[in-house]
Amino acid sequence: MTKRVVITGAGTVNALAGDVPGTLEAMAAGRSGIGPLAFRDVDRLSVRIGAQVQGWDEAARFSRNEIAVYDRFTQFAVTAAAEALAMAGEGAGQGAGAIIGSAAGGIGTWEDNYRAVFAEGKNRVPPLVVPRLMVNAAASHVAMRHGLTGPSFAVSSACASSNHALGLAFRMVRDGQAPAMLAGGAEAMLCFGGIKAWESLRVLSPDGCRPFDARRNGLVMGEGAAVFVLEDADRAAARGAMPLAEISGFGMTADAGDIVVPSVDGAAAAIRAALDEARIDASEVGYVNAHGTGTQVNDRSEVAAIRRAFGSAAEGLMVSSTKALHGHAIGATGAIELLAVIMALRDGIIAPTLGLDQPDPACDLDHVPNEARRARVGAALSNAFAFGGLNAVLALRAL
Amino acid sequence: MQDIAPRVIEILATQALLDPSEIGPEATIESLGLDSLGLVEAIFAIEEAFDIQVPFNPNEPGQGGFDTTSVASIVAAVQGLVAGKAA
Repeated sequence: MTKRVVITGAGTVNALAGDVPGTLEAMAAGRSGIGPLAFRDVDRLSVRIGAQVQGWDEAARFSRNEIAVYDRFTQFAVTAAAEALAMAGEGAGQGAGAIIGSAAGGIGTWEDNYRAVFAEGKNRVPPLVVPRLMVNAAASHVAMRHGLTGPSFAVSSACASSNHALGLAFRMVRDGQAPAMLAGGAEAMLCFGGIKAWESLRVLSPDGCRPFDARRNGLVMGEGAAVFVLEDADRAAARGAMPLAEISGFGMTADAGDIVVPSVDGAAAAIRAALDEARIDASEVGYVNAHGTGTQVNDRSEVAAIRRAFGSAAEGLMVSSTKALHGHAIGATGAIELLAVIMALRDGIIAPTLGLDQPDPACDLDHVPNEARRARVGAALSNAFAFGGLNAVLALRAL
Repeated sequence: MQDIAPRVIEILATQALLDPSEIGPEATIESLGLDSLGLVEAIFAIEEAFDIQVPFNPNEPGQGGFDTTSVASIVAAVQGLVAGKAA
């Protein structure tokens, strides 16, 4: 028997704030977390802005033994998971597993240790480098810290990693494979090698993120994590939990086209699949949190895909990109953006697209420019379209 | 300075899977069949070959002073950057 799936807890660390209330407050206020990057060798980069988590003191948060195995992305994930479980309340983790998406896993650990052996000529690295850098480290440590013995693993699909993680967890709870799941994403790619690689692809903006704006010139990278407790609605009610929203559908497709250029067909098909699974009519949807990276190729293709999937109902949609707030947190981005979807559904506040003053004529939906808006929204989508042509769309309903 | 043009054309030819002799100065990026990623790869090869930094962002072609309209405009821009390096 299929279950209804509700979100009973949320947690996050990102450039806007170290928790959910602070993040929602910044989103509603339209306050951006983008600023100058600060890390080793940043002066050798041509792109020096990003949405970096500020004031992260790992020594104050974790023991020496934990730091030995917690890359920065794992630190973000376990911090977000603890907030989510605390919000969900007593018994939420019973029988649960953890699926945490990440594109690059422990890239900072790779970088530090490659630097040691290649650049500094050292002949050995610490013994726990392997478990520290592995992409599943975040999922494993979330499970270990909270005794989650259910199905747990990592998924990696670049910028769609979080949505794939959340979508799989949703289906596992819906289909009765677990009474609850922790799911989300974590990423910590703001390091010299991480930015150097992206810089070479020439998709990063040197001066700001302006989705859907005619003057946009690329994406701005972010970092962080967001983790949610997805739970069987009946069990949540029995525990007396206060759900934030309902996840009602998930759609995923592959473009099977180009490794970096998105296809309108693939994205539109994922949107349709999410609506169909959720049994939500296009006219019921009030808000779409766009992938909205702030590259010309993404933004135009996404708007065309939304138009194709929604038809005339696209005119009634609010479609904002929150990446000018929290940056493009790659494998964590869908999870952080789900917070904006929850804010729309639960609080009736639509997070704005910052930096949108001169709309690209090809991006002609209601993109909620620059200021948050109050609106009652019954159903919403969250889009994620990854390099590799992998599309993952979540459909949610207000409770 | 004079050997810049043939080297740039050779790089573009490699990306476009053409013979350099098939590429004239008036050819455009589109006529060579290069998409934006192909152009980014060609510019990377140009930067490596001439040890220069090319100011180019495919999100705002035409900005940054590197004119990618045609083979001739790319050659001229590379000549300018190489000259700037020597100065």
